[in-house]
Amino acid sequence: MAGKPILHYFDGRARMESIRWLLAAAGVEFEEKIMKTREDLEKLRKDGSLMFQQVPMVEIDGMKLVQTRAILNYIAAKYNLYGKDIKERALIDMYSEGMADLNEMVLLYPYLPSRDKDGRLTQIKEKSRNRYFPAFEKVLTSHGQDYLVGNRLSKADVHLTELLYHTEELDSTVLANFPLLKALRTRVSNLPTVKKFLQPGSQRKPFDDRKCVEIARKLFS
Amino acid sequence: MAARPKLHYPNGRGRMESVRWVLAAAGVEFDEEFLETKEQLHKLQDGNHLLFQQVPMVEIDGMKLVQTRCILHYIAEKHHLFGKDLKERTLIDMYVEGTLDLLELLIMHPFLKPEDQQKEVVNMAQKAIIRYFPVFEKVLRNHGQNFLVGNQLSLADVILLQTILALEEKIPNILSAFPFLQEYTVKLSNFPTIKRFLEPGSKKKPPPDEIYVRTVYNIFMP
Repeated sequence: MAGKPILHYFDGRARMESIRWLLAAAGVEFEEKIMKTREDLEKLRKDGSLMFQQVPMVEIDGMKLVQTRAILNYIAAKYNLYGKDIKERALIDMYSEGMADLNEMVLLYPYLPSRDKDGRLTQIKEKSRNRYFPAFEKVLTSHGQDYLVGNRLSKADVHLTELLYHTEELDSTVLANFPLLKALRTRVSNLPTVKKFLQPGSQRKPFDDRKCVEIARKLFS
Repeated sequence: MAARPKLHYPNGRGRMESVRWVLAAAGVEFDEEFLETKEQLHKLQDGNHLLFQQVPMVEIDGMKLVQTRCILHYIAEKHHLFGKDLKERTLIDMYVEGTLDLLELLIMHPFLKPEDQQKEVVNMAQKAIIRYFPVFEKVLRNHGQNFLVGNQLSLADVILLQTILALEEKIPNILSAFPFLQEYTVKLSNFPTIKRFLEPGSKKKPPPDEIYVRTVYNIFMP
């Protein structure tokens, strides 16, 4: 019997959080090897465990996967969260990539120098309200279904749910004009696996705070 | 009969060049509508042709696909350039994602301040030589095959070849320490569809110049 996937990262959201969300939504139990010091990272590198010397890295099914998208796509394909055919996969990819562009701004925000934060926050608010959330609201309006693609849960819905929570942390009224996005978030949040992940004590990480930023600086600079 | 794919982008490499490479490698003929003015971009945006108001956009099989990776994956899967099973696909994904990180430096380079550009060439060379090329050199050395994954052409080969050739334009001897990559580059460049793409008169775009940079600023700057 295969062991549980093992996630190698530091104790923060950053680029691993979407992987935690997807595994959790798929109902997959996983372990985490938390990196704390530069030595922890160097050991992984010396062991040859990191293909491009970087984390995230996930040990799963006998592989040491790196590159966030490759990891997410593998999990999605394995657990049937990647659509039923090539056209559904294209839609899921398209939506997920748009979300990744917005998420990139959101996940990096805590790590910015203070002087850059205001500008970035304005950008996040503007892009989510004017570019990304209208696009996804329109998708849901166009077919009136419960999920973004193919009338069933896919990685796109999981990424979107995570993104909606995280954007709202930075901009509390961002969802005001997007009723279908709110409904989707509620629906996905009520799925048993996701509901469990949203409860205290799960492996979901809190907003990356100063401690995270310090550790990341020690590890990666 | 399906219409030819139609690419919407400025007349230059940028983020569309990988798409041109993959279509060409797959032997798929395509058309291009070149963006030259802000007005053309607004027309595409106002007509709701761009899901996130951005290009690249490719009209293909009745869809208007945006987001480079989405487009690359669709073409790769459709034309059997994405491996034979999930494990091969995942390996290809990993290699492509790593290579795209390196290619990103090349894509952004023309838009850096002139005083930063030379420093960035050094950075690209270092990253290629220390982080990325050793991985692919080892893969090729270990299996002795002509392609990175599954002994057949895949998206990983196309994106890596694109990146190697673009780097060689800036740093001619960048493969000097990598004999397997050198041989791989020669063999892959002779793959019939790729060879045709590398000949003059193809849709492969030249290195970005001042005109390209100015066009991009005119179209995309607010």
